[in-house]
Amino acid sequence: MTGPTLAVEGVAKTFGAVRAVDDLSFTVRPGAVTGFLGPNGAGKTTTLRMLLGLTRPTAGRLLVGDRPYGEHERPARVVGAALEASSFHPGRTGLAHLEVFAPQVGVSRQRCRELIEFVGLGPAADRRVGGYSMGMRQRLGLATALLGDPPAIVLDEPANGLDPEGIVWLRRLLRAFADEGRTVLISSHVLTEVQHTVDDVVIIARGKLVHASSLAALADLAEPETYVESPDPAALQRLCEARGWTAAASDRGLLVTGVVAAEVGAAAHSAGVELHQLASRGVGLEDVFLRLTGGAS
Amino acid sequence: MVAEYRKLVTTRMWWVLLLALAAYLAFIGGALAFSIVVAAENEQGDLMLHGVDAAASIYGLTNAIGYVFPLVIGSLAMTTEFRHQTITQSLLVEPRRGVFLGAKLLATLPLGLLYGVVATAAVVLASAPVLAGLGDGAFLTEPDIIEVLLLSVVVTALWAMIGVAFGSVLTNQVAAIVVILAVTQFVEPIARVALGAFDALDGVAKFLPGAAADGLIGASLLGSMDGGSAELLPRWAALLVMLAYAGILAAIGRFTTLRRDIG
Repeated sequence: MTGPTLAVEGVAKTFGAVRAVDDLSFTVRPGAVTGFLGPNGAGKTTTLRMLLGLTRPTAGRLLVGDRPYGEHERPARVVGAALEASSFHPGRTGLAHLEVFAPQVGVSRQRCRELIEFVGLGPAADRRVGGYSMGMRQRLGLATALLGDPPAIVLDEPANGLDPEGIVWLRRLLRAFADEGRTVLISSHVLTEVQHTVDDVVIIARGKLVHASSLAALADLAEPETYVESPDPAALQRLCEARGWTAAASDRGLLVTGVVAAEVGAAAHSAGVELHQLASRGVGLEDVFLRLTGGAS
Repeated sequence: MVAEYRKLVTTRMWWVLLLALAAYLAFIGGALAFSIVVAAENEQGDLMLHGVDAAASIYGLTNAIGYVFPLVIGSLAMTTEFRHQTITQSLLVEPRRGVFLGAKLLATLPLGLLYGVVATAAVVLASAPVLAGLGDGAFLTEPDIIEVLLLSVVVTALWAMIGVAFGSVLTNQVAAIVVILAVTQFVEPIARVALGAFDALDGVAKFLPGAAADGLIGASLLGSMDGGSAELLPRWAALLVMLAYAGILAAIGRFTTLRRDIG
């Protein structure tokens, strides 16, 4: 299976005087999980709604494969989408919710039953959605999206309300979909929530694209941080100054930014400075995310 | 369309309203039959009805009194989508919005017919024994009466359709129900009598939706009680007028509500 490429081409959307999305272009490739990221109000949901033909763009166009969503014969068999966890009739049972949409998607009641089991709602299938928890609604939304076994899957904030177990389950599921060649696009306002799930990232802020790359390329933008501790703080301080490193007092030692641990260790060794601790603080992806989304004005 | 039908019957609302409709009409039908019969016996029935006319008017209650129920269930079919935001999912599986609206209009017909059957049955069951036992007879085999009964069912289904169309114009559920109640229980009855009182405007009254429905059935409680001043449209014209209400409201809904961005 090869999913369709999703393309956003020069899209703008204004609501009254508010420019919610501004000259936005990016593509989402099949065979990978793409994270669509940005702070609240960045325009993520508006963009997804335009992609799915619910909202009309003021300018530009959005394509699923070779044409807009609404021009596909049975669009729900091309793209499965779950937009908000709240859009269910509370008086309908979970299973009935699926059965309501099954005819237009072109699938049987049998498939509805299978899907509700698949997303782990089997025991709750005949309960009214009004009594579902947020996590259960997310699962039901996902089941709705999967009705037509679509080659592309678009989920808006799918991890919201899921318990840690559910998040791991979702991550595995999305990974499996991507490995099958499907196109998977998930939005989130928290990078760390999806950083173990996604291959690619598209980051927007205030309606504009601020970054699009693989997750690995995003990580390269992060500055490494190294925590170092010495019984002779003065010597360590002099070493940092001699090398021109940015170091800040932290705990009982120094936090050196922009330098990997190995380099700090080697420098201390050759300068004869004794170290008691040398630790890499890892890559601050969240910092990169905040820097990218905060600086776009 | 199957989907739209399933939407209607997978919630509790449809049978709650149906039961309410049946109980309400049975009560009114029985009570009215009784009062007409008693009034006739007391010889004060100048304005009151006799024989077949009495039976026709009472059987026509389905429309005269009960039409608010199919209107409400019809409007709910649309306004519920907006209240619970299921409109999003509905338009995801059917992005052609005209098709979506058309399916909803048509899917309401079977339920409307069911409402019509139940409502008419409730009226007949409650009033026929009274008419037969105390009055001039139930006339249930009279061709004119059978026509009234059948057309009552059709009219109920048409009301449900008009309800859907109205719901597509006024998508706020509470507002839609309030307007339906106000118009059906208050505005239209008064307008019909008031318009009937002026010769120049007399012709307008019969084009009001409730009057058109009466015209289609060919019997009007309101028309017969106000001294017969309000004439009714012929059946074919009345049918067209009712369809026009549904069509015009649906067209307005299509080009306002359903042209907007959803969400």
